[in-house]
Amino acid sequence: MYLTTVTKPTNVDPVRGRVAGNVVALGAVSLITDISSEMVAAILPVFLFLNLHLSPAAFGAIDGIYTGATALLRLVGGYIADRTQQRKLVAGIGYGLSALMKPALLLAGRSAAAIGAVIAIDRAGKGLRTAPRDALITLSSPPESLGRAFGVHRAMDSTGAFLGPLVAMAVLALTAESFDAVFVSSFCIAMFGVLVLVLFVRDHRDRLDDAPRVDFSQVGGMVASPAILRLLIASCILGLVTIGDGFVYLVLQGREDLSIAWFPMLSVGTMVVYMLLAVPLGSLGDRIGLRTVMMGGYVALGLVYLLLVGPIHGVLSLVLAVVLYGTFYAATNGVLIALAGPVIPEHLRTTGIALIQTGQALAYLVSSIAFGVAWGVWGPVAACKVSAAAVVLAIAASLFLLRRTPERVSA
Amino acid sequence: MIDRLSLRARMLIAAAGAVLLVIAAVAYIVAVRDADELAPTSGQPMIDGPRMLVVSERKLATISATDMTSSRHIHDVDCVRSYAAADTSVCMRPKDAWTHTLVTMTGQLEDTHEYKLPGVPSRARVSDSGRMVSWTTFVGGDSYTSSGMSTRTGVIDTQTGDYLPSIEHFSVTLDGKPYQAADVNYWGVSFADDDNTFYATLATGGERYLVRGDFNAETVETLATNVECPSISPDGTRLAFKQAIDNDPQKGWRISVLELSTMEITNLSETRSIDDQPAWLDNETVAYTFRAADGVPSVWSVPANGTGTPRKLADNAESPAPLP
Repeated sequence: MYLTTVTKPTNVDPVRGRVAGNVVALGAVSLITDISSEMVAAILPVFLFLNLHLSPAAFGAIDGIYTGATALLRLVGGYIADRTQQRKLVAGIGYGLSALMKPALLLAGRSAAAIGAVIAIDRAGKGLRTAPRDALITLSSPPESLGRAFGVHRAMDSTGAFLGPLVAMAVLALTAESFDAVFVSSFCIAMFGVLVLVLFVRDHRDRLDDAPRVDFSQVGGMVASPAILRLLIASCILGLVTIGDGFVYLVLQGREDLSIAWFPMLSVGTMVVYMLLAVPLGSLGDRIGLRTVMMGGYVALGLVYLLLVGPIHGVLSLVLAVVLYGTFYAATNGVLIALAGPVIPEHLRTTGIALIQTGQALAYLVSSIAFGVAWGVWGPVAACKVSAAAVVLAIAASLFLLRRTPERVSA
Repeated sequence: MIDRLSLRARMLIAAAGAVLLVIAAVAYIVAVRDADELAPTSGQPMIDGPRMLVVSERKLATISATDMTSSRHIHDVDCVRSYAAADTSVCMRPKDAWTHTLVTMTGQLEDTHEYKLPGVPSRARVSDSGRMVSWTTFVGGDSYTSSGMSTRTGVIDTQTGDYLPSIEHFSVTLDGKPYQAADVNYWGVSFADDDNTFYATLATGGERYLVRGDFNAETVETLATNVECPSISPDGTRLAFKQAIDNDPQKGWRISVLELSTMEITNLSETRSIDDQPAWLDNETVAYTFRAADGVPSVWSVPANGTGTPRKLADNAESPAPLP
């Protein structure tokens, strides 16, 4: 369906009009890639721990080592993409690396170190491609419809993530449960994603040719500029109040005595809400202001935390939690970059986006550790209450920090 | 260069690429598809002397516990992990590509009950009396640990029919003090002869503890660190377990024995890394699964007092359990 809109110039009505072909092409690449990666993610635990008999402790140890390296690589990738003004190429290398790691998982055999390395490279590929891809979205869309552009991209992206496990299930059913078949078909799907990227995604080199060549001092200057520094701090503060899916679902499960078989439905439900609301909330952001929508998303997050300790129980509380949590994702994930993108100079945009995403990723890590500690010291109920209070403070702090950030360009 | 291609040309290339990739995937899948399943043996081959129940290529099998050359009896029972004691056998088996179940069986391997399991099977145990069944699985969904993996451990009382899907709510006393944390994980349960006291591994805060639990009181207390997958000896005086070398699971595990009265640890003469919950064949011998670099498992035994050398009991087998 994206094929018809690909090369045509866009930008009719910013709110209702078509989204730029490049954004749809990037969305298609993400959709296809997410099918591929979620296919593997769905079977990975069974594959690693039952087929390969890898111990989770051994795997966990390997896993932790690479997390820092991946964050660093994201920054390096962003910088190189800006310096060479080759966003498409850097993103393409990221997609390609992840694609190649699917058959590599089969070849890694049973060596925990090799499997850890393959998974790390797969993640590095994801780290590498995210910032250039988001930078391309901001460069491909008129600023006044960026919310919608990101909404379309994130909706397509999460559709892929939703379809992945279903495709894996189909492949397993067709092949008498061959894991090899899942890895190989996942690889072929990922390669198709790379092909779509190469054929249909356009870089924006020409427009930026007269920009100065990017170097470290410019990056330093960008970070030091008050508008961007405030954005960076605000996104880290907001990241700090995000305790993570695992904890939210865990508390819900413990509270509602949820049957273990239904447990995975929490994340599936959240994903579906995210998928459905990404476009409407992005468009809403273009109309009433991206900052407002993003803050609304954090209000939804605060309500989720309150729900975890509140008086509402049973199915209603589960449905509310999933809807609010999905709303949180839809109102914040793409919206933050849509808000931040135009503030960052075009020739430094990939680095700027990489900085914000890395900062937020590190903040997530800190907050999940802090929540774990709070749980240990005060118990889950108090930890959730503190988190809800922290959300209120974070919203106040970010509203103050972002008070001068233009929240929409269209009048 | 690509930018100069017409939309039509690019769509043709994309379509051609898609067709090629589909052909490649299908060709590979057809080429590697193999259906060589282990055929169950008909009749009941005579096995003299002590016998073991093992899992061999995802089927239950009865083999000799002493004679490697003796023939095997392959049962028509799918299994990825198993254990047996007295008149109770258990089997963790795939239900479909996504879910596994735990099936309790009689000594003659007739199904009695089926229980849904969360996640991927790891350990299964039956108390010596055959009454208490415990299991551990790896769960991927609740990714609050750094690796995104946690464990779930549950217990079935076959006498009352009670099914406890998780023991994570048990009250913990850690180093003498009450303790709570979100990252509490249990694995590798072993029940003592009273069918109430149990030993297990508790992991929290990056440390792995040996705990002794009171099942009816729903409490556990920590006894030692770096003791995993305990297995109580038939006389109840010792635990066979795996200990991470230098307390670092990345360096592998040694099979060891802990004297409960003195808390003294004896390293057994098996020096290879063993990631298994050991099983006692008798009061002097411990059996375990060794997994070769190519992933093929074999069952070995070693004297429980640190002397002697490891002895291979069966090729292509895992999950050993002595049969009465």
